[in-house]
Amino acid sequence: MAEAASVAAECLAGCRARGARSVLGQVVVPGEELLLPEQEDAEGPGGAGERPLSLNAGARSRVRVICGPGLRRCGDRLLVTKCGRLRHKEPGGGGGGVYWVDSQQKRYVPVKGDHVIGIVTAKSGDIFKVDVGGSEPASLSYLSFEGATKRNRPNVQVGDLIYGQFVVANKDMEPEMVCIDSCGRANGMGVIGQDGLLFKVTLGLIRKLLAPDCEIIQEVGKLYPLEIVFGMNGRIWVKAKTIQQTLILANILEACEHMTSDQRKQIFSRLAES
Amino acid sequence: MEEEMHTDAKIRAETGTGSSPRGPGCSLRHFACEQNLLSRPDGSASFLQGDTSVLAGVYGPSEVKVSKEIFNKATLEVILRPKIGLPGVAEKSRERLIRNTCEAVVLGTLHPRTSITVVLQVVSDAGSGAQLLACCLNAACMALVDAGVPMRALFCGVTCALDSDGTLVLDPTSKQEKEARAVLTFALDNVERKLLMSSTKGLFSDAEIIRGQGAHD
Repeated sequence: MAEAASVAAECLAGCRARGARSVLGQVVVPGEELLLPEQEDAEGPGGAGERPLSLNAGARSRVRVICGPGLRRCGDRLLVTKCGRLRHKEPGGGGGGVYWVDSQQKRYVPVKGDHVIGIVTAKSGDIFKVDVGGSEPASLSYLSFEGATKRNRPNVQVGDLIYGQFVVANKDMEPEMVCIDSCGRANGMGVIGQDGLLFKVTLGLIRKLLAPDCEIIQEVGKLYPLEIVFGMNGRIWVKAKTIQQTLILANILEACEHMTSDQRKQIFSRLAES
Repeated sequence: MEEEMHTDAKIRAETGTGSSPRGPGCSLRHFACEQNLLSRPDGSASFLQGDTSVLAGVYGPSEVKVSKEIFNKATLEVILRPKIGLPGVAEKSRERLIRNTCEAVVLGTLHPRTSITVVLQVVSDAGSGAQLLACCLNAACMALVDAGVPMRALFCGVTCALDSDGTLVLDPTSKQEKEARAVLTFALDNVERKLLMSSTKGLFSDAEIIRGQGAHD
């Protein structure tokens, strides 16, 4: 809160573009322009004054920087389009790494390669229409299941839950999803089984839960034996031995977004006792 | 980032306006904002400014009817509901002003053939139209930010009133508005403080409108 106020005050003081490195981990707002590191050095101390002439002034060695969610290229700077914290990941090989804005959202926008949980809403001819929470239903061909042929059709009804990934997802076309990977194997995708509970959470929570070494998942696993499926579109499917346990797990996962780790540990210890 | 943003700010109240915070200078009344308070919309915000309070909800980018879809950008809809009674012509006119401001700022080309809907509900109204418009603009901007709709800038709405002797009062009360010669409402963006929308009522000269815009900076 204090940071947001100070950012706003800085904005009021005249919006000069700031260097991306200096803003890492801080809150950025739409409209800010960020300078990439090599430009910072060029425009830094000295400014428009004494700069030594270089023979090949135009051909600077460009570092390739990947512009992630929440940022757009604007000339040779990055324009912030969403409110959130600026993050950076160092590159493995060459290149300048990835910059992105960590923001909170409830609405999902399909992205190619994302694994999502969808609900089958219609069957028309050879294609299923699957609701994934975006602006359009995605299409799923009946041949995109493991072992499916024209004679051997998969057993999918309207209302079934499907776990699949997007092969086509851009802003101009209807998204298409499949339930097999590039080798033709299911790899965990397909129709999700009977029973269980599907509920919706924010996209930020899903990313947190899917991060490697997430404490919450490890603690939940020790509590009850369970089956759980995470969709990047904010949907989680959970199944435990009894309905009561399933509901408890669903409530915990929904609430753990707003709890500190101490509160969470308290609740888990109380549940483990009872 | 689900936290409430309580911005309790008196902008430039200290610049020589003396002990009274509402002296004849450039200071705004107490305003407060809260985000993410409704569970159904994708983004929501409540903005309170003086005696006026507006609740905004944003749905989008979501499905759009084929008759309303635009092939290369998002269709933005604004719905404004007054505190009492059915929406009338004044609401329609304000909806159009807010929609034009939002369209200038939201990056609609990233979501073609979708719809982004902003629903505004007036919760408390001091009885002044210009104040309400500024409060609606602020609530709409905060709700769009909460929904994660990509924008090229933030915008804010401010009202100012011109007295009969030419003094400029920022964020007037309804009494000051009634006695004023002219009431001006502006929407400004946060990048270069440019003017996005202006709605004026009354008699004023060119110099005065420029002075009004300058006072908002």
